[in-house]
Amino acid sequence: MIIDGSEKSLRKFLSDLPPVDQVGAEARAAMLATRSIKTSSKAWAIDMAISMVDLTTLEGADTPEKVKSLCAKAVRPDPSDLTVPSVGAICVYNDMVKIARTELDRIGGKSLPVAAVATAFPSGRASLAVKKIDTQDAIDAGANEIDMVIDRGAFLSGRIYDVFEEIRVIKEICGKKAHLKVILETGELVTYDNVRKASYLAMLAGADFIKTSTGKVAPAATAPVVLVMLEAVRDYFTLTGTKIGVKPAGGIRTTKDAIKQLVLVKETAGEQWLTPDLFRIGASALLNDLLMQRMKLRTGHYASANYVTVD
Amino acid sequence: MSSLDVNKTYKLFIGGAFPRSESGRVYEIKGANKKFLANPALASRKDLRDAVVAAKSAQSGWANATAFNRGQILYRIAEIMQGRSEQFVEEISALEGVTTKVAKLQVAEAIDTWVWYSGWCDKLSSISGSQNQVSGPFYNFTTPEALGVIALFAEGKPSLLGAVRTLAPVLAGGNSAILIASESYPLPAITLGEVIATSDVPGGVVNILTGKTSELLPWVGSHMEIDGVDVAGLNKKQEDEIKLVGADNLKRISRFAPANHPERILSFMEHKTIWHPIGI
Amino acid sequence: MSDFEYANAPESKAIANISPSYGLFIGGKFVDPKKGKSFSTINPANEELLSKVGYGDKSDIDAAVKSARAAYTKIWSKMPAKERGKYLYRIARIMQERAREFAVVETLDNGKPIRESRDTDIPLAAAHFFYHAGWADKLEYAGFGNKPKSLGVVGQIIPWNFPLLMLAWKIAPALAAGNTVVLKPAETTPLTALLFAQVCQQAGLPDGVVNIVTGDGITGAALVNHPDINKVAFTGSTEVGKAIARSISATKKTATLELGGKAANLVFEDAAIDEAVEGIVNGIFFNQGHVCCAGSRLIIQENVADEVLEKLKKRMSLIRVGDPMDKNTDLGAINSKEQLNKIEEISKTGDAEGANRWSPDVKLPTKGFWYPPTIFTGVTQSHRIAREEIFGPVLSVLTFRTPAEAIEKANNTMYGLSAGIWSDKGAKVLWAAKQLKAGVIWSNTFNKFDPASPFGGYKESGWGREGGRHGLAGYLTSDSKVNK
Repeated sequence: MIIDGSEKSLRKFLSDLPPVDQVGAEARAAMLATRSIKTSSKAWAIDMAISMVDLTTLEGADTPEKVKSLCAKAVRPDPSDLTVPSVGAICVYNDMVKIARTELDRIGGKSLPVAAVATAFPSGRASLAVKKIDTQDAIDAGANEIDMVIDRGAFLSGRIYDVFEEIRVIKEICGKKAHLKVILETGELVTYDNVRKASYLAMLAGADFIKTSTGKVAPAATAPVVLVMLEAVRDYFTLTGTKIGVKPAGGIRTTKDAIKQLVLVKETAGEQWLTPDLFRIGASALLNDLLMQRMKLRTGHYASANYVTVD
Repeated sequence: MSSLDVNKTYKLFIGGAFPRSESGRVYEIKGANKKFLANPALASRKDLRDAVVAAKSAQSGWANATAFNRGQILYRIAEIMQGRSEQFVEEISALEGVTTKVAKLQVAEAIDTWVWYSGWCDKLSSISGSQNQVSGPFYNFTTPEALGVIALFAEGKPSLLGAVRTLAPVLAGGNSAILIASESYPLPAITLGEVIATSDVPGGVVNILTGKTSELLPWVGSHMEIDGVDVAGLNKKQEDEIKLVGADNLKRISRFAPANHPERILSFMEHKTIWHPIGI
Repeated sequence: MSDFEYANAPESKAIANISPSYGLFIGGKFVDPKKGKSFSTINPANEELLSKVGYGDKSDIDAAVKSARAAYTKIWSKMPAKERGKYLYRIARIMQERAREFAVVETLDNGKPIRESRDTDIPLAAAHFFYHAGWADKLEYAGFGNKPKSLGVVGQIIPWNFPLLMLAWKIAPALAAGNTVVLKPAETTPLTALLFAQVCQQAGLPDGVVNIVTGDGITGAALVNHPDINKVAFTGSTEVGKAIARSISATKKTATLELGGKAANLVFEDAAIDEAVEGIVNGIFFNQGHVCCAGSRLIIQENVADEVLEKLKKRMSLIRVGDPMDKNTDLGAINSKEQLNKIEEISKTGDAEGANRWSPDVKLPTKGFWYPPTIFTGVTQSHRIAREEIFGPVLSVLTFRTPAEAIEKANNTMYGLSAGIWSDKGAKVLWAAKQLKAGVIWSNTFNKFDPASPFGGYKESGWGREGGRHGLAGYLTSDSKVNK
């Protein structure tokens, strides 16, 4: 056991972690961004990225019809080309879970998971009781994955044990029914040292995935932040033998951005993480850019937005 | 019939754009030969206020760019100005009544002034910074830093060179600037703004106002977000006035001899000294 | 399991217009060597011929020095300083315009990865000219007196590891200070210097201010020994540096020398470990380890040695060795057969003396000159691989127990060019920097260069500094030193 579950052992573990040097981490991320991914490797990366997309709609104005058309897009991203893989998951607010699950099952997307955001997403500002009910509702409605937010206020004021306990309790509710993604909201944690500490805290508390952001706060999934989180899952695996997944979300809009993420994964955590079981990309507009790039590789000329569907 | 000239409208330069004065006012500028030249904007205190907002917001980005980058941009200004020499020569001749030959010399000197200050950007701490040999196990060093937002009252004649001489050094030091053109010889300053707008200078780093010096002066002197002033274009009485009012936020106010000197950069900079223990 | 293999991503060679032959650049023109001799330069990644360049002998050196002297006396020393500066600005801007072309030619001639020539060598070279252009008319502020004077004609000899960058480090300050130059590029990497000569022509630089005479060691010796040069500037091996110091000992010539190194890279227990590992890799594998200031001795605090080495080995497995023209290549070719032999010879002593060699599994190309990234653990100060400069991608790993021991081991060398310190504790970094006898100290970073940052070594790593205000000293007369 690397910690014994007590606050004392948690604090010691986190404070013993090596520091992150900002300039060095950013330089490493920038160097990896110069990798030139062409031809066959680009084609492979595009299809892999599509299969990793958590196709997302998290708007106050979401309606049942909006969610249903998202489901259609998720199952068949390009109706004119059935070789295009389906995405990794659908991500919605928990009161849309039932609609999404029903629709997916109806149109041949039985194997596509539905992820629900929970625990007073995006701010995380509510009582633990409310967060528990929020999570239970989503599970009852059929969610296969829960994307929870950590309490950043607690983290930044030093109440790390409260953050730890909350995650542990939500994980208990998920049980075997849903895998748990823990959103760190790295834009609010600000420093890479905090990102490293929060990553380990989440993993120790039972996260199946650590996720960068809610997508509602910038900066979100910057390359150095994802680098630090990939280092965390890599080293956690060495320490415990358990592989935890990583999900960058927010700000990943183009194929270029997505491919840079895959390069980060390959050259940090390793090839084993290049699967939707261990890496997801939270996005909405990205999917169409991936489809257009895929078309360009197939046809040899630049594509137009007219040839991809708007949800 | 030969083609009719499309005469330029001389607007203000604020935040990288060319707006008219919010007051809607203009004033007439006639050339040395008494012929009408243009109606440049007559800037109001609100235009000044907007210029300060733009300058303030752009300043930290400019100061945090690398010195190399600032040097490249100042050199680029020289390149673009070189390309527009003839336009400036014509403007200066008409306005000041000097010969083409004299105007050409002024333009050449203005271009060289940008080149000169471009070369200073990454050398300032070589001449004005130091590691100081204090008594004790401390690493101690002094480093120059940009001051902030600087207001510049440009000399009247030479109309272009006078503006450039005040502007280039404050930019080299990482400050943002509000250039108040000479009331009687304002036009080359606005054309200078066109050069600046096409030279990769971030919007708001340079702002240029034309108008009545006496109207703008008290507002410049009292504005608490203006950190320094170059009074080249003011007379003694005006200088005294601005020093009196400027004392409210201890503005750094200077008058320089009309020549290039690194002191014109360093007078609008702060010097920060940092201590750090040396030990295991 | 995934299949994310990076497909070939070659940079196009088309932009490089390499002529089948080049003459010597003397008096502003390309001229045939007096004896008509030439020699070949090849691409070390595949041994293919790139071009035949002129072989400059003693008579060619003489012509070049005469041309430089005439240009100095009649034109350059009389020109107003701000105009001199403007020529340097022009050169800098043209180098930026032709940056991609320079990068490709450099990679073909030297063997270094295109990513490095494109992102490091060429931009830094242009920046050196830009920086020194700014000093040309500001020398009176540089702390060398009110009217610092140039020396005259300068003979410059540069190495093959950063051909264009080393040229910039030499020519830019020399010209800014008002001198004229005769420069001899390295035998295996003449091409970017010859391209630079074209840039001088495009910039309208007056004839004879810059002269480039290609050749070998004999050409270099002729330049060093020429009676009408005022100063020698040399970057290369300590052995040759000492020979130059002896050659000029009875003359009035001054010299700056930038020689070898065996830098210690110290990793303390409180380092940011992941960034330190990047710094170690950068320190010894950047430019195939062909770097005088390479971090070639890794000295790790013993209580974190296992962790650091485990991470280092994993990181080394990601190093991509291969075609330098591929944008994803991290480690390129060794510059010459001769250098490869040297690397192999010294590394073998590591095996023989009992150190433990390790390299990741890499498939080396069959043609060309190649060496895999290599570390030796279990090394002590008495091993040859801990004392001698290997100048290749070979890292010797030692350990230390206390900070004082780290310093003692780091300083235990006749070299003193550079050192690295990895610790997150500011006071410790400054303390170690104070103790280390090295001219360039990198804390929590490595292999960082800037025209504003003086570079040069203690002890047998050389004389003088290049870059920054301090670097100007080597090209100006001294108020106080007397040359008898």
